[in-house]
Amino acid sequence: MSDIAISVEQLSKSFKIDHESIGRRAYRTLHDDLIGLPKRLLSRLSRNGRRSTSEIFWALKNISFDVKQGEVVGIIGRNGAGKSTLLKILNRITEPTSGGADVYGRVGALLEVGTGFHPELTGRENVFLNGAILGMSRAEIRKKFDEIVAFAEIEQFLDTPVKRYSSGMYVRLAFAVAAHLDPEILLVDEVLAVGDAEFQKKCLGKMDDVVTKEGRTIMFVSHNIDAICHLCSRCILLRHGEIELSGNTAEVVAAYLGAGQQQPPVVYFKAAGSEASFQVAGLHGPEGEPSTSFSANAPVLMKCSFTLQRSIPGLQVSFSVFNFKGEEVFYSTNSMAEPAISVESAGTHHVSAMIPARLLLPGRYFINLALHIPNVHLYDRRDQALGFQIVGMPGGYQGFPTEELGQVYADVKWEKTAETRTQVSQ
Amino acid sequence: MGELWRYRDLLWILVNRDIKLLYKQTALGFGWVALQPLIGANILALIFGRFAKLPSDGAPYLLFVFCGLTAWTYFSNSMQRASNSLIRNSQLVSKVYFPRMLIPLATMFAVLVDFAVMIVMLFIFMGFYRVPATLRLLAIPGFLLLMMLAATGVALWFSAVSVKYRDTSYALPFFAQIWMYASPVVYPTSMVPAQWQSLFALNPAVGFVEGFRWAVLGHSALNLNILLLTIAMSLFLLFSGAFFFRRVERGFADII
Repeated sequence: MSDIAISVEQLSKSFKIDHESIGRRAYRTLHDDLIGLPKRLLSRLSRNGRRSTSEIFWALKNISFDVKQGEVVGIIGRNGAGKSTLLKILNRITEPTSGGADVYGRVGALLEVGTGFHPELTGRENVFLNGAILGMSRAEIRKKFDEIVAFAEIEQFLDTPVKRYSSGMYVRLAFAVAAHLDPEILLVDEVLAVGDAEFQKKCLGKMDDVVTKEGRTIMFVSHNIDAICHLCSRCILLRHGEIELSGNTAEVVAAYLGAGQQQPPVVYFKAAGSEASFQVAGLHGPEGEPSTSFSANAPVLMKCSFTLQRSIPGLQVSFSVFNFKGEEVFYSTNSMAEPAISVESAGTHHVSAMIPARLLLPGRYFINLALHIPNVHLYDRRDQALGFQIVGMPGGYQGFPTEELGQVYADVKWEKTAETRTQVSQ
Repeated sequence: MGELWRYRDLLWILVNRDIKLLYKQTALGFGWVALQPLIGANILALIFGRFAKLPSDGAPYLLFVFCGLTAWTYFSNSMQRASNSLIRNSQLVSKVYFPRMLIPLATMFAVLVDFAVMIVMLFIFMGFYRVPATLRLLAIPGFLLLMMLAATGVALWFSAVSVKYRDTSYALPFFAQIWMYASPVVYPTSMVPAQWQSLFALNPAVGFVEGFRWAVLGHSALNLNILLLTIAMSLFLLFSGAFFFRRVERGFADII
């Protein structure tokens, strides 16, 4: 017996995009097909029958890889890279156009939390329905029923129709059922992005249990780079339907995040079409020169310009800095400035924000920009607008790799003293 | 086939769901199951029995019609509901894998509840009209099976087509109505001219509707020829429907 759990060979999947149907309806009616029939026949007859009305879109192109038993493999890539299509093919929901995928073992898939939940049915009924849909037998569900309910923390609402549940309860119950699936091969698509922070932590913990259980093969699609780094030993990076890189997680994740980093130091934006819109943003070194690479000992100067069509009371300009794992390091807005800076009047504003020296650890970072009235209205938002890296480490640091040093460099004062004496006061 | 068997738990749960959902949040609940055919039968009896004076092979017309309706309602309801079932469950089809045939099949079983209610009412009618119960009633499960085979076949055809062409959901009610009048529900088969009888019997509904009448009332146009023809037609519908369904189900998730 071989130890391969999933074997994918030269897998391709194409969709036909009907340009004719854009702006009309996505599905066809018998009428359309009958009316269109002579046209299609004619265009096939005429030699230069350019069938320009439809276009083939390749969601996946020539994908090949193997997954060993017990491996946890992450799939990352931007939206539309083909991640979900790949999982759907592995789960036999859709057929590949060419090539093939062999899956050895009982497959369980979590492509969406709460698939098949019916609002009119009670929590109890939905547990059985959802469990059966995900491939559990009734006996199996009955055995795990108490565990599921306890995990979801909804004991007292078991016999209430789920349409009366809060969205949090709904999601908790849905995840609880899914998390108690017991297949040999588990396909997971972005289901951790649910619930509040506390529940997410619980989900991640549950995934941890699942992962560490022996012999379980998992393919895990997520935008949550943190979770990928945490759970997966190997990663596949998809880009426009092709495998760009496959290998150990740290390497692939770095390449994925790095791909967004080949940005110029100064970026000009197209107008956002709202009443407040960014025009230009840039990063500058201590001498004011544009740059994307900074020493840990020097500050990073972020400058940006934006235009307000009218005066907008309460408008703030803000930015967030993210590290290579996709974690937010910090957030800052002009309303934190002392003395206060106002950017509410109509016209073009130029602001600069200085990220202090000796704050960021060495590594890659990117910046999201926003013009908004917090919690009220978002006027313009530019995700990953700027990217930069911090190089070098203050002092002669030696020790753990920088990924393991926490979120920021703390400028802690170290001193050597003659004697350490702890005073105990009674 | 083996795969369908492995997923029997899911089938059972889907059947349960369909039954529970059907009359949720209606004041009368299952009362509708009884009320709908009762009202329908009375209207038909009034129009065709009283006004048009259609013959009924000697039986009281209302009983005659109700007997036909019991069979027909199951056939028509299950066919129509199952045909739309895939679209109603499109979320399932595009998000999880299981044999897609389970969805229309579950509907076929769920509608059996309606049928059971109507059978009970039919027995009450029989008591009311003092029609003696005979051993012939034992044939009902057989005709029911025949009915289910034919209805499943039609439902598989229509549900598979409906994934691509939503037209079916609009066309079906008319189609069902026309089919009803092409079947001996409000009139006896004996009204059909003798030379057309064999052509008429190609309609599988003729077999089981007349079969029901035979089981309940004793006199009916059912004969061996019609019975065999109905069995053949039902099996043909079932196998062709299943074959067609299997062929197109792979693409469901992409086009639904």
